[in-house]
Amino acid sequence: MNNNAEAYWKANVSLIVKLLVIWFVVPFLGGIVFVDTLNQISLGGYPLGFWIAQQGSIYMFVILIFYYAKKMSDLDDKFADGED
Amino acid sequence: MELQTLTYIVVGFTFAVYIGIAIWARAGSTKEFYVAGGGIHPIANGMATGADWMSAASFISMAGLIGFSYQGYGGSVFLLGWTGGYVLLAMCLAPYLRKFGKFTVPEFIGDRYYSNTAKVVAVVCLILASVTYVIGQMKGIGVAFSRFLETSYEAGLTAGMIIVFIYAVLGGMKGITYTQIAQYVVLIFAYTIPAVFISLELTGNPIPQLGLGSTLLSDGTYVLDKLNQVVTELGFAEYTTSTRGSTLNMFVYTMSLMIGTAGLPHVIIRFFTVPSVKAARQSAGWALVFIAILYTTAPAVAGMARLNLMSTIEPTPGNYLAYDDRPQWFKNWEKTGLLQYEDKNEDGLIQYSADKKTNEMVKIDNDILVLANPEIARLPNWVIALVAAGGLAAALSTAAGLLLAISSAISHDLLKGIIRPDISEKAELNASRIAMAFTVLAAGYLGFNPPDFAAGTVALAFGLAASSIFPAIMLGIFYKRMNTAGAVAGMLSGIGVTLFYVFQHKGIMFVQSTSFLGDLDPNWFFGIEPNAFGAVGALVNFIVAFVVCKMTAEPPKHVQDLVDFIRAPHGAGDATSH
Repeated sequence: MNNNAEAYWKANVSLIVKLLVIWFVVPFLGGIVFVDTLNQISLGGYPLGFWIAQQGSIYMFVILIFYYAKKMSDLDDKFADGED
Repeated sequence: MELQTLTYIVVGFTFAVYIGIAIWARAGSTKEFYVAGGGIHPIANGMATGADWMSAASFISMAGLIGFSYQGYGGSVFLLGWTGGYVLLAMCLAPYLRKFGKFTVPEFIGDRYYSNTAKVVAVVCLILASVTYVIGQMKGIGVAFSRFLETSYEAGLTAGMIIVFIYAVLGGMKGITYTQIAQYVVLIFAYTIPAVFISLELTGNPIPQLGLGSTLLSDGTYVLDKLNQVVTELGFAEYTTSTRGSTLNMFVYTMSLMIGTAGLPHVIIRFFTVPSVKAARQSAGWALVFIAILYTTAPAVAGMARLNLMSTIEPTPGNYLAYDDRPQWFKNWEKTGLLQYEDKNEDGLIQYSADKKTNEMVKIDNDILVLANPEIARLPNWVIALVAAGGLAAALSTAAGLLLAISSAISHDLLKGIIRPDISEKAELNASRIAMAFTVLAAGYLGFNPPDFAAGTVALAFGLAASSIFPAIMLGIFYKRMNTAGAVAGMLSGIGVTLFYVFQHKGIMFVQSTSFLGDLDPNWFFGIEPNAFGAVGALVNFIVAFVVCKMTAEPPKHVQDLVDFIRAPHGAGDATSH
């Protein structure tokens, strides 16, 4: 593996790790582990924890994927210049 | 027009469209049969993936389970689990598998782990997971057909089996891709239109996602507060807070569904059909957008269906509906055997409660609720007919996608890949059709006594995929050092542990008489139910794979080069065979 490809892969993995932390924290901690605490707060007629578990996390998943696709697309272009 | 006639017309029309598209795009060569020539736009592919993904479990079954047996908040496991997996898919699998550029998941495993043994193990895991999944679909199809033909569940299931088979054999992936876009459109309208009506009726807000958080027009209380009040009065657990089993069980259940999503072959195979690596990432995003439309509507459908059902049976507290005055939908569902009433105190009234001794609604099969919902809410007949068409679209599209994944694993990976490499294209196609026929029969047979509601059965399938295929693919991409011995040992122990746990509670291949521990929670490991065990299996898979890998030789140079190749995004060609 040349240095360029290695740097690309490292950048990719570090982006994935960052985004997976968010992917884990919001539904698993916000929607499950600490749900009772968050339910003390309300969002209109929704208790917040319940809303995160049944609505909010899903919206966040969509945003995460498009953010990743965008970032990777930039990364692809950046490294493609060096490659050719 | 009478409801049944109208249903026949709407369902018949949508079927004519699907079959028309399938014939128009009828598969020619083997390559077209599997991956539709590798050139489908991300948005179109996302929509087709959405239809492929949202099966009877999502459409027919899920909201009923959330509203009833998972008691509201507990149903979050499905909502989170079946959407969050796309994040894993988009980041950890899809782009690299697209770059790899072959047809099937076992091909990747076979090449990456340079071994036919690994490939065969992957085929077996894939078949076990997919067949279980098809059983879940059959349950949903049986429910939909029994209502629509007004017969028993068993007769409905038999009719459904025949249609699924004809449908899957006719198409091939190309037929299926374009048909599935049509199916997505039908199913999403069928799901959201009644939800909009009901939300409008109850809260005055046309958007169900907001309606569930709004106040009721009738008495100004919030929908969720009203639900909590109504269910607790009957002795059920509070709607917004009751967990499914323990917090640990919910955590593991959600995780199992998420990694199962990213390990299911019929979903992964979708990402072989986009033009580039970049398109594979975007495709996963679009798929989730189309899926999220249904998934964020489902909690509203669940809550409002429950509220409507309760207020039909008990219009005001202590004032019960007389059995003789029961509405038409009640009678129709009684015919299918999926809704049963027993007048325990012989007063002719319908008492519904959490207490098994006095509850007279002795059977409310959760899988009927989405289909019955528009009738319960007294929506116009065309809406009810549309929902029937949507449910069938969801069930058929997924069943067809799964059958394709199973038959290609058998005919392409096993037969052509290992047993008889010199087989002709025509013989391969025929073998794949025979494999489909057997799968439909086996899954249909097991569907007469399904292990759980449709969504529960599908959850089991996810557990099997989570514990076997996901770790093997992920390690294959992210851990260059992973070798054959590690991957094979990991897959076998992961799925082994999961199968053992599931079968001891649910029976071998879900035949209940062979269950030796019974499906009872005191016998569950740390209170984790069988449907949720896939995450534990996946953990076992990862650990065993690491340990075995460390003790054995590293993979040869050409395999390490292959890993470098799939990690780099450029130079992805069309999906090709060997």
